[in-house]
Amino acid sequence: MAAPLGLHLEFGGGAELLFDGVKNHHVALPGQSDPWDMKQLLAWIRGNMLKERPELFMQGDTVRPGILVLINDADWELMGELEYQLQDQDNVVFISTLHGG
Amino acid sequence: MDDTILSLKTQLLEREREIAALKKKLHQMEQGNSMLTELQEKVTNLSPLISNVTLSNEDIMRYSRQLLLPELGVKGQVALSNVSVLVVGCGGLGCPLAQYLAAAGIGRLGLLDYDVVELSNLHRQVLHSEVTQGQPKALSAAQAIRRLNSTVQCVPYHLQLSRDNARQLIQQYPLMNYCSDNVPTRYLVNDACVLAGKPLVSASALRMEGQLTVYNYRGGPCYRCLFPSPPPPETVTNCSDGGVLGVVPGIMGCLQALEVLKIASGQGSSFEQQLLMFDGQEGRFRSIRLRSRQIECVVCGEKPTLTELQDYEQFCGSAATDKCRRLTLLTKEQRVSVQEYRAILDGSTPHLLLDVRPKVEVDICHLSTSINIPLASLEDKKAEHITLLKETISNLRQQTKSQVPVFVVCKLGNDSQKAVQLLEKMSGVETEQITVKDISGGLMAWAKNIDHSFPQY
Ligand SMILES: [Zn+2]
Repeated sequence: MAAPLGLHLEFGGGAELLFDGVKNHHVALPGQSDPWDMKQLLAWIRGNMLKERPELFMQGDTVRPGILVLINDADWELMGELEYQLQDQDNVVFISTLHGG
Repeated sequence: MDDTILSLKTQLLEREREIAALKKKLHQMEQGNSMLTELQEKVTNLSPLISNVTLSNEDIMRYSRQLLLPELGVKGQVALSNVSVLVVGCGGLGCPLAQYLAAAGIGRLGLLDYDVVELSNLHRQVLHSEVTQGQPKALSAAQAIRRLNSTVQCVPYHLQLSRDNARQLIQQYPLMNYCSDNVPTRYLVNDACVLAGKPLVSASALRMEGQLTVYNYRGGPCYRCLFPSPPPPETVTNCSDGGVLGVVPGIMGCLQALEVLKIASGQGSSFEQQLLMFDGQEGRFRSIRLRSRQIECVVCGEKPTLTELQDYEQFCGSAATDKCRRLTLLTKEQRVSVQEYRAILDGSTPHLLLDVRPKVEVDICHLSTSINIPLASLEDKKAEHITLLKETISNLRQQTKSQVPVFVVCKLGNDSQKAVQLLEKMSGVETEQITVKDISGGLMAWAKNIDHSFPQY
């Protein structure tokens, strides 16, 4: 049984507009039998935080192209992407790439 | 005797140096003049930069404050004067970038932009001015640069970078900057840089945020390593849609200039595998460690499958300009022109005018008869807004005793079409008794064709 987790989620680069314009969110994930991984977190975000138009944030079970995911200030590619097992108090950032000049 | 010979030799050497410096100056001025008067409408092969080995007295005076830095020194300054740098996009990022590169003594500066200067550019594109409105941005920027430092060779390109001209252009510039604002050009510049083996100093800015990375440099990733697939076109926001505070691209453009100067003077950049994020709202810089070059990347990987430039507008499903997209979601029968709507107003036909822009835009300007319900509120079915809508419709129904005509308007006629589709799907007695159409071209078409005193933004 994995204990409940507290996470700090951040959305930026315009991704926050899908979450009522709020950039910083402190969320509590309930305890469950297996440890929480990123794939489950994304499903949880889709079920609990995304209200409308999930296709602007997700594609299949991952984020849509153009959104960069950072776990504790590192590219999630370095951390195992969807398989990364979340730890209590992890900081997860979803940043949309900007296209302005 | 020996002393005299030595002294003569020294004097001769000094004279030779002076002559070389004068020749260089003459050449630069001749080349500078012809370069500037000739706006490049297509890519040609430029004569190579003449290589400098020393600094003139004037150079020493001009650059003295940065020459004192051990990180730069004479060696670094000479290196700067021998480098050609291409700036893709002379907008909010490109202007401060070009300005600081010219001030610092870069040898040759290619300035590329397909657009012309507009009044709405001036809050952030600080090389342009009221008097250069309507001129090609590349030319406007080059003129400003010339006033600042006439020893820099400025090459203005008034053209759209494409798969046909990108490689020829990029092979003439060892250092590339991406300062443009659309996805297809971003992939195009990335691929062309990888194929030419050149680093790409890339930045972007929107609203109050900025990002910066140096791609394809010292084992770091290219843009495709991070983003193998382009974002869906509907998720891309540019400055004319999303807005931008002018100083934010200014900050990012200055950071780009810093990285270019470090690379060009041999110090190397700090951002080859880093993403710098700037949040102007929270006053925060953050540096993120990025993945390394990806083995399976189609352009920079071990077995690249992309060895020629491709059709980037097709790849990205969007156009290579920052001009707004025109959606066509509705049939002709579901739309009215601004002229037709004008006739409805003139005929005092009872109807509802629904403005679906965000409140911040309605505050800039609106038609006095409209009610405002932002598209996002319609999508979320916000209770207070739906109630307002239904009440207004039912009041109008008292007057018309038949279907209530509803006209939806936004800035350009894209969101209004989405709103028409939403309203048609909406259930409830009130919304079933309406005929809903959108005003094609939106308020900007109204300002252009009907009421010239209506503000444009
Ligand atoms: Zn790559």
